[in-house]
Amino acid sequence: MSVSRPEPVQIVKQRRDGALRGLLSGVPYISYLGIQFDRRGDELTAILPFDEKLIGNPALPALHGGVTAAFLEVAAIIELAWGSLWEEMEAGRVDPTAELGAVRLPKTIDFTVDYLRSGLPRDAYARARINRSGRRYASVHVEAWQDNRARLFAQGTGHFLMPPPPGAPAE
Amino acid sequence: MTDIIQIARQFIEAIPHARALGMEFESLGDGKAVISMPYDTRFIGDPATGVIHGGAVSALMDTASGAAVMCHPAGPISTATLDLRIDYFRAATPGQRITARAECYHVTRSVAFVRVTATDEDAARPVAAATGAFTLDRPSGASR
Repeated sequence: MSVSRPEPVQIVKQRRDGALRGLLSGVPYISYLGIQFDRRGDELTAILPFDEKLIGNPALPALHGGVTAAFLEVAAIIELAWGSLWEEMEAGRVDPTAELGAVRLPKTIDFTVDYLRSGLPRDAYARARINRSGRRYASVHVEAWQDNRARLFAQGTGHFLMPPPPGAPAE
Repeated sequence: MTDIIQIARQFIEAIPHARALGMEFESLGDGKAVISMPYDTRFIGDPATGVIHGGAVSALMDTASGAAVMCHPAGPISTATLDLRIDYFRAATPGQRITARAECYHVTRSVAFVRVTATDEDAARPVAAATGAFTLDRPSGASR
């Protein structure tokens, strides 16, 4: 195989952003909460823009604990799915322009949320780190913050059941 | 006692996110709360199956847990989740209502411990369960 020139940056970005959009657009609950993802290379940051309907304690006011849990869980699931998709995509095994609605997402086995301070009525951010990703099980840690990256308002750890690889016999 | 229930009910119904998810009280009192939520396609987490996202079930269980703390006979004036561990047993059947039953089974001076189970219309096979620790703020001047 001859050495080929690197692809133009715009082509690469289009492919990666398209794949990420495809992954997210299929999940109604992600759009319902208004969660977006910022991508830098393969690094994802989940963003939860503030909205009145996310409030759990109107007196403070503070984000609903369930919203925080959901935000962390979404960040973890998308990080895992993105990790698998990235490998397939960069190896040229998936067509990122194809409909990605059929992407099988990891299933949550358990998820533990540690509420460190109350979520303020403003945008929140989260990043997930895959601590272990095996063929069947994965362990992911997620950190969430608002104004200050070093002052987490919540963190979470979850275990996930990975979907069988494409082409694997059905369970 | 009625006061506590009334306060907790109003407190929960004033929560924008509980309203947004369509949560409704089934029962409330003595450290126990039952809250349910209708199936809604906007809350789907797995488009291939139409199953509700675990996060929505978490929000329901967190709300029921907070309500259970608020109606505990200790009479807290407010509460917040310290930690919640959720175990997912199976996918909730699409189209079915989800019900969370929470019990605040122990309180200390400033902490409440809660367990909660979520079921769909097949109440014999839970969808998820969680245990949590919540802050417990007692009215100032309350006997300690």
